[in-house]
Amino acid sequence: MTAATHETSASAPATSRGSATAAPRKVRGREERSLGSSIALHATLITATVIAAFPVVWILFISLGPKDAWQEPGKVLSNLSLHNYSDVLAHSDLPNWFLNTVIVAGGTTVLGVFLAATAGYAVSRMKFPGSRQLMWTFLVTQMFPSIVLIVPLYLLMSELNLLDNYLGLILAYATTAVPFCAWMMKGYFDTIPKEIDEAGRVDGLTPFGTFWRLIVPLAKPGLAVTAFYSFLTAWGEVAYATQFMQSDHYTLSVGIRTFAQDQRPDWAWTSATAIIITIPAAIVFMLVQRSLVSGLTAGGTKS
Amino acid sequence: MTTAASTENSGKTARGDKAARPPRVSALRRSWDKYWYAWAMVAPVAIVLAVLVLYPLGYGIYQSLTDANEANVATTIGAFHRPATYKFVGLDNYWDVLSGADSDFYPRLAWTVIWTVSCVTLQVGLGMGLAVLLNRKVRLRGFYRAMLILPWAVPSFIGVFAWRLMLNSQYGVFNEIITAFGLPAQDWLGTPLAQKIAVIMVNVWIGIPFNMVAVLGGLQSIPKELYEAAEMDGASPWQRFVNVTLPGLRPVSNTVILLGCIWTFNMFNVIYLLLGNNTSGDADILVTFAFRKAFTGISDYAGAATYGIIILALLMAFSSFYRRSTLKSEQA
Repeated sequence: MTAATHETSASAPATSRGSATAAPRKVRGREERSLGSSIALHATLITATVIAAFPVVWILFISLGPKDAWQEPGKVLSNLSLHNYSDVLAHSDLPNWFLNTVIVAGGTTVLGVFLAATAGYAVSRMKFPGSRQLMWTFLVTQMFPSIVLIVPLYLLMSELNLLDNYLGLILAYATTAVPFCAWMMKGYFDTIPKEIDEAGRVDGLTPFGTFWRLIVPLAKPGLAVTAFYSFLTAWGEVAYATQFMQSDHYTLSVGIRTFAQDQRPDWAWTSATAIIITIPAAIVFMLVQRSLVSGLTAGGTKS
Repeated sequence: MTTAASTENSGKTARGDKAARPPRVSALRRSWDKYWYAWAMVAPVAIVLAVLVLYPLGYGIYQSLTDANEANVATTIGAFHRPATYKFVGLDNYWDVLSGADSDFYPRLAWTVIWTVSCVTLQVGLGMGLAVLLNRKVRLRGFYRAMLILPWAVPSFIGVFAWRLMLNSQYGVFNEIITAFGLPAQDWLGTPLAQKIAVIMVNVWIGIPFNMVAVLGGLQSIPKELYEAAEMDGASPWQRFVNVTLPGLRPVSNTVILLGCIWTFNMFNVIYLLLGNNTSGDADILVTFAFRKAFTGISDYAGAATYGIIILALLMAFSSFYRRSTLKSEQA
């Protein structure tokens, strides 16, 4: 970054950007740069790319090798195989954990999106006593460190026999998923013009009818992003899952720790499992990420 | 925030004047008639939040005023039910923590602040730098962008495990890489200082993409005319960055910094999973420390609840202070 920006000199008078290449010493326009700064720019980006991708590529690389590949990475290239994958799928509880995680993350998402959609709409469109307080609650709840609720929820769930239970974990995740979804969806509903609501009301729809028949179809991309993101959050949650679930109901994030133990980690199985977990999550993420960031920051700036 | 609140208030009083004449009951009735629809639409969320968040929060506050631990809370093992025998101790737990008598709080707090500040500074700084680079016309921009957000696309616990594999002191590839650059190999997951550097490094690696993408969005929303005007006035690229780009990014960067601070302060996965249970606890931040307090050894539920409430209070104080000061600077 510094290499690219410092290089141009500021001595010459300003010119329009089209003619910048004609005269020798000029302030360079935004979209022009010398060969040297082009190289510096690409070099920086390539370095950053390598750093960003290397850990993921490395664990993929190790997963394709023999059992002791993590100790002797040199052996991987001559022994490429998918043996670790077939081994871990056939001889461990991984498929079971996968199912558990899908149930819990799916349940959380459905609960979050369905409950929060109407609230997001009401906060976005209607002025009513309590709306500001509600938005504030959504915001503050996302600020909650997991530790604040994990102890009371653990004790309450143990009294209600909801520990080691899908429903218990779903409810625990709902504490963050519901306010998060409401917050995100409020942001998406804000982007839909109010005239559409007014047109619906003029045509005789009730407020709920307007919401259901006009706004929800228009907000579908936003709803999808919200849903996917709360799914991914539940997919990767560690603290609650570690504490609430026993071995039969392990989710992926807990189960993988039985391979990657503190004392004698089995990196062959861990790496293969990591890749299996990552592929669906990364694909979903890449599909939704563009709209995700605008939603996250828009909600923040508008509160 | 202050101006929004004051306009709201004046609006309320204006409405209140109109509604002041009829008696109170009918005013209530009128507001019910007017707002019942909105209230019905938010009711499900309000109920869920009350049951799942407010009630446990209240219960947690109550726990923090008792001496509850694993030995005296109510348990049911099979048909045997043991009632709770813990008792109310008032503010003793808070006094214990805040006076420094438990000798853990202030060291953990200091490290948590160092951890948060260094992570957020590096994440936002590097994320902004990469965003500025990606905002230029560059060949392969789509490819770079996709690769650079990879650390965010991977579930964070997987990213942490990948780093744990690389940082292994005996066989880890990370030591081989840095010794190739002439740096000394470290026992990254063993000694306290190296652990601290390692967790910051991993967390920054995970956190950069969000900052980069958010800032990139902010950059693209800055009107092109401002740059053209600056160019006409003869501003150098650096001057354009300082005087056009940075002020234009302020709304986004304020939000990103606030979110980054909250997320980093609360970060559980990186420290807990990277170091596992092999750690001496020197690299524990408040959140992971409280988690260990609650669920390892003899579970100290009251102590962990106390920590939880204190962490929450710190965060809320910080964010309201932060929002107030940034809103002032935005309006100035």
